[in-house]
Amino acid sequence: MALTGLFLISFLVIHAGLNATIWANDGGEMFNFSAHFMGSMIVIRIMEIVLFIFFIIHIIQGYVLESKNLSRRGKGYKINLANRGSKWYSRTMGLLGTLLLLFLVMHLYHFWTPSRLGGIGDIQPLNEVDYDGKGYHNLFEEMVRIFQNPLVVILYVVGCISLAYHLMHGFQSTFRTLGVHNKRYLSGLIIVGYAFAIIISAVFAMMPISMYLGWVK
Amino acid sequence: MEHYSMNLTLQIWRQKNSLDKGDFETYEIKDISSEMSFLEMIDVLNEKLINEGKDAIAFDHDCREGICGACSMHINGRPHGPWHATTVCQLHMRAFKNGETIVVEPWRSKAFPVIKDLVVDRSSFDRIIQAGGYISVNTGNAVDANAIPINKDNADDSFAAASCIGCGACVAACKNSSAMLFLAAKVSHLALLPQGKPERKARALNMVAQMDKEGFGSCTFTGACEAVCPKEISITNISRLNKEYFGAGLSIDKQ
Repeated sequence: MALTGLFLISFLVIHAGLNATIWANDGGEMFNFSAHFMGSMIVIRIMEIVLFIFFIIHIIQGYVLESKNLSRRGKGYKINLANRGSKWYSRTMGLLGTLLLLFLVMHLYHFWTPSRLGGIGDIQPLNEVDYDGKGYHNLFEEMVRIFQNPLVVILYVVGCISLAYHLMHGFQSTFRTLGVHNKRYLSGLIIVGYAFAIIISAVFAMMPISMYLGWVK
Repeated sequence: MEHYSMNLTLQIWRQKNSLDKGDFETYEIKDISSEMSFLEMIDVLNEKLINEGKDAIAFDHDCREGICGACSMHINGRPHGPWHATTVCQLHMRAFKNGETIVVEPWRSKAFPVIKDLVVDRSSFDRIIQAGGYISVNTGNAVDANAIPINKDNADDSFAAASCIGCGACVAACKNSSAMLFLAAKVSHLALLPQGKPERKARALNMVAQMDKEGFGSCTFTGACEAVCPKEISITNISRLNKEYFGAGLSIDKQ
């Protein structure tokens, strides 16, 4: 869980960084350029497959671990320790992960399917946009279109909140699992973990919100 | 603190043997002194039960001074009761108020099957220790105390880990019934000292393998174990165990 989690954390940084180009407020030119740059580079295409594999391993291992761990108690307690010993989000990583999985399916359907599989069968390809005589997928236009639906915006924000809590536990737990036991490093990593979880999730959540409210055009 | 007496309602888990289904039974108990320990309160209740010709409540206890790790009660949802870093035998009745209802349960884990009432079989811990929680030394005269210099930080960390009494509260509190805090305390205690170094790789691998065989869950770092540990064993010991385990897994000598 830790190794795949760490890889997924590094993916989040790149994903958030590239998507932040929507705030350049240039009609999505910089964003479409960077999406094209990523989509046309062989290294990134290979990494995309690796990313899918890591996602699948993380999901399957997570469910296997959770179901095994749930079976270890046998008869349960009449009164549980609950929040007296641990944070609720630390105990509900499986549930938060499930919310994220549902979010991921929706998210892939919204953006990955049209940009990668567009034109195959009934799937509508993305519109093209012309910069300096060269055609690019207008992923930005698609984003603006999808985030006009308030329900979608709410679902994305809920997804980002789940991500924040998942990371608040996951980030520090990753390093503990990998054997970081130096107390000074750990206290630093815990602070970085909370900051990372909140900042990354807030950046992602602001994307649909700013498109819905028309802050970026 | 002012002494006071209290009347309590106790809901205690009763189970005749490991095959019995078991259920809670409610007992009313009067005039309990705030100065009694929790176990003394159970003693009073047991005397009353015996006088009435009923079966006394079975519970584990030994030293009654907080150092043996025998007592094991899950009181109002928390292993060893409401006080921080306290075993049940050191928990005093002044932790409770007159008229309170107290729920007492045994440790719950498949690796700790209930033998009778509040007594659970913790021999799985003994088998984990047998798998590697020791050092091999020649017998004979004790070696001179300071023959091998030991760095103060390591000595302190090792000593803190060695204070684990193996009561099993970590397993009882963990949502996964994981024994990692216990295991980590034992591995850290030995791995930090020169005497424990020669066997450190086999120790980490064998003890973890035995823990899995006993049916304990795995660690997801929720931190519940650390919060309830009567000896305040730090969860960072688990990280140290993980490091030991990775190191051993990657470089174990051929056996």
